[in-house]
Amino acid sequence: MLGKALGQAYQRPLSKPRSPWAAVHLDPILLALLLLLIGGGLFVLYSGADRNIEVVKAQGIRMAVALVVMIVFAQLDPAVFRRWAPWLYLAGVGGLVAVLLVGVGAKGAQRWLALPGLPRFQPSELMKLVVPMMTAWYLSRHFLPPRVSRVAVALLIVLVPMAMIILQPDLGTSLLVGTAGLFVVFFAGMSWRLIGAFVGMVSVAAPLMWFFVMKEYQKQRVLTLLDPQSDPLGAGWNIIQSKTAIGSGGVEGKGWLQGTQSHLEFLPESHTDFIVAVLAEEFGFVGILVLMTVYLLIILRCLYIAATAQDSFSRLLAGALTMTFFIYIFVNVGMVSGLLPVVGVPLPLISYGGTSGVTLMAAFGVLMSIHTHRRMISA
Amino acid sequence: MPWGEFKDTAAERRLFQRRTMVMLVVVLVMLGILVARMYQLQIVEHEIYTTLSDKNRVQVQSVAPPRGLVYDRNNELLAENRPVFGVTLVPERVDGMEETLAKLSSILSISDEDMERFQRRLREPRRPFQPLPLRYDLNEKEIASLAVHRHELPGVEVSAELVRYYPHSELTAHALGFVGRINREELQRIDPVNYAGTNYIGKSGIERFYESLLHGQVGYQHVETNARGRTLRVLERQNPVPGEDIELHLDLRLQRLAHQLLDGRRGAIVAVEPETGGLLALASVPGFDANQFVTGISVGDYRGLSEDLDKPLFNRALRGQYPPGSTLKPMLAVAALDSGATTRDRTIWDPGYFQLQTGGRRYRDWKRSGHGWVDLTDAVAESCDIYFYEIAVEMGVDTMYEYLSQFGFGEDATLDVSGALSGLLPSRDWKRAVRNEPWYPGDSVNMGIGQGFMLATPLQLATATALIANRGRWVEPRLLRGIKGDRSAEEFLPPPDHDPLVLKNPDTWEFVVDAMAEVMHGTKGTARGAARGAPYRMAGKTGTAQVFSLAEDEEYEEEEVRERLRDHALFVGFAPIDDPEIAVAVIVENGGSGSGTAAPVARALFDAWLLGFPDDVAPVVTDTGGTR
Repeated sequence: MLGKALGQAYQRPLSKPRSPWAAVHLDPILLALLLLLIGGGLFVLYSGADRNIEVVKAQGIRMAVALVVMIVFAQLDPAVFRRWAPWLYLAGVGGLVAVLLVGVGAKGAQRWLALPGLPRFQPSELMKLVVPMMTAWYLSRHFLPPRVSRVAVALLIVLVPMAMIILQPDLGTSLLVGTAGLFVVFFAGMSWRLIGAFVGMVSVAAPLMWFFVMKEYQKQRVLTLLDPQSDPLGAGWNIIQSKTAIGSGGVEGKGWLQGTQSHLEFLPESHTDFIVAVLAEEFGFVGILVLMTVYLLIILRCLYIAATAQDSFSRLLAGALTMTFFIYIFVNVGMVSGLLPVVGVPLPLISYGGTSGVTLMAAFGVLMSIHTHRRMISA
Repeated sequence: MPWGEFKDTAAERRLFQRRTMVMLVVVLVMLGILVARMYQLQIVEHEIYTTLSDKNRVQVQSVAPPRGLVYDRNNELLAENRPVFGVTLVPERVDGMEETLAKLSSILSISDEDMERFQRRLREPRRPFQPLPLRYDLNEKEIASLAVHRHELPGVEVSAELVRYYPHSELTAHALGFVGRINREELQRIDPVNYAGTNYIGKSGIERFYESLLHGQVGYQHVETNARGRTLRVLERQNPVPGEDIELHLDLRLQRLAHQLLDGRRGAIVAVEPETGGLLALASVPGFDANQFVTGISVGDYRGLSEDLDKPLFNRALRGQYPPGSTLKPMLAVAALDSGATTRDRTIWDPGYFQLQTGGRRYRDWKRSGHGWVDLTDAVAESCDIYFYEIAVEMGVDTMYEYLSQFGFGEDATLDVSGALSGLLPSRDWKRAVRNEPWYPGDSVNMGIGQGFMLATPLQLATATALIANRGRWVEPRLLRGIKGDRSAEEFLPPPDHDPLVLKNPDTWEFVVDAMAEVMHGTKGTARGAARGAPYRMAGKTGTAQVFSLAEDEEYEEEEVRERLRDHALFVGFAPIDDPEIAVAVIVENGGSGSGTAAPVARALFDAWLLGFPDDVAPVVTDTGGTR
């Protein structure tokens, strides 16, 4: 693979003519998988939203917008992302500062920035893309694996925005931003010994976080996870109900629109964060396997794109974005099935609402850009 | 530096690919964990969760607290809760909406409006499986026939809820206010948990002001439902905490009497207990039946009420802003004496008109021939306008403003009467700001007899009168007398915020009260007719407010003025003089004269309060000409 890439250095390969897909800078395999996921998602959403076609329409429109965003991102050369990474990062951090100072929000959290003349937006959402870009930019300027001092700087690049998002407070998003950046550092080749030390540090920091950083409602979520029965009507209710929905689905499920848990209003948030419970109830274990397979195929395709990318920046970015997508899946399914605390992470490309769908599709756009903008000069 | 110039790209690529393999393994393992978890829940523990899902559908339902009752001071129930049966539909469970509605229409009478409202709510976004009301207030026969047809009508339920009922609504609607269905705007304001089972909220008056007190705390019950969501049994119940029962200062008998006295008229009566500031009566006539607003008034009925020329929905007692006319004279007398603008003995010649300068505009007295030589007592008793023109100009607007504002004019001084207006107490600044004109001496002249810019509500007039009855001690008007049980009203009333009106010579109060007694008992008193034969002494002041102004020399011919353009009749007063138990303000719109129309009303109220209520009262409002 490597040799072939080098061998094709100076001329367009005659054996493999440039496909029409490459001309529009899209990857057909990834696109097909994404469309399959989104289409199936809308189908489940119709049931999760209790046959409310308006919800499905709104989500359809949102996904169409996200697709357009993906196509636009795919047209940009990865070099563009690299050049812009530091500036985007500075702007993003500036935006987060502004959110903390003058942001708007609801329910005790301040996440939105309402600039006059612009639609309201969430800088933290943007950081899911920008932090891995910045980290990849920084690390790929130098030889890899990085020296300890550069790892330290890279970690700082990740932790600063992460801390600011925690302050909003938005634990779910800060987790995703953090993992996106950390995966870059990992892919860059941070030594295993350092990783060990880092894990050790986190396990020391976790109890400190518990006592000094976490808000009462976040602690409550963790406690509820450990023993949902302790608060069966409050926070535990969601977990008990979603487990009941999933468990009662069995192998084949109750059938589309037949889920009693979700339709009789036992299951809260059935069309947003907890939609996987609806799928599990109505399509059973088979449905879950199908969903996991589609997700796995997407991840495999993306990791392939990352592995075959031409320069370090692209590789690191592609790898990190892929892993972020996976973390979405793991955290969401984990929390709905009662393995993880409820942190408010949606099921990617299926849960209703939020701007995360657009960000995710933008990330896939970046991956497609990396895959289709192949320089003939090997980097 | 070109990218990667000195880098070992091949080594970096290999490093990345190694790491990617590690991540791939991690992804596979973690996805494996998720799938294993799902396997555990869906296959290993499937039976447990199926049981949970099928047999044990426990739902938490909120139980609305019964709303606190409202009593008058004699333990007479003014607002209670009545069970009302309605029919609701759960659209998700209905087999064929059209046929179901058609069948229901054959069993019940469903008005077009009910049907229209139901269809509208059906189209609006709503929570699924939420019952939608189709009709309220079913009678027993209808409930029975619904029960017979129940098996043919899936998704149709008869629901019972406690709904506010005002047994004396025509009399109390303006004083109590009423509740109504919670609207979208109120939904934003309320605590969603505590109002989870509540459909009604205080919209106005006491119901609104003491909403948190009357509402209570929501309760919960865990119910087991079957697969179709129908309740099978109640498992556990945490009872709601009912709202507090409250007692008002209001006296229903006095309130009823007030309505009877003004029957067929438009007007307002406010009666205050000077000792406490408690509102004994707060009547605005005509009243209306607030019960029809509770479950939702029909468009036709509402149009009928709102387009009625007599404006039954308009709360004249709190929101009617009238020129106080001569009823302002006792307050101005206090101001004039205390500020030194006049003395008790000073006499003024009244030729029937007043001029600011010789040859200027003539401000007329109501008595064309004039009153001759009058002192302050005469001026109050006979309601001599010239005397007050004179002292008003001497005091000037600033002094009048200073004193009148201490009487509560120009502000809402009430503690718990929601919706009371502030009237208008004009000042130099006000005129500059609103009219962009300086204050002219002529404005002071008009203000001296309570005309011109000045506006006051009947409630304000009663409050100011109570202040005179109390000889300067402030009591803010209030409705809440106590909470049933052990808690006192003071806990829930806003703190009083007025300083007493202390005069340089406290005797001035007695002097003005005596002058007001002359109005009632003096040989020339304008209301001597109304006080005739009373076994107690009372103080009062008549007033007449012009609805439209007369040109300088225009003759005022009452017969020619159409009924609705006639002057408003006013009266303020209290009784007995030495230990006042009741202070009132009466306004009869287009009633003609204060002495002929409004004063007898006050006398009837005084008699009832001090001597006992008559069994049946005939309207005493008659059209005797009389003085102003």
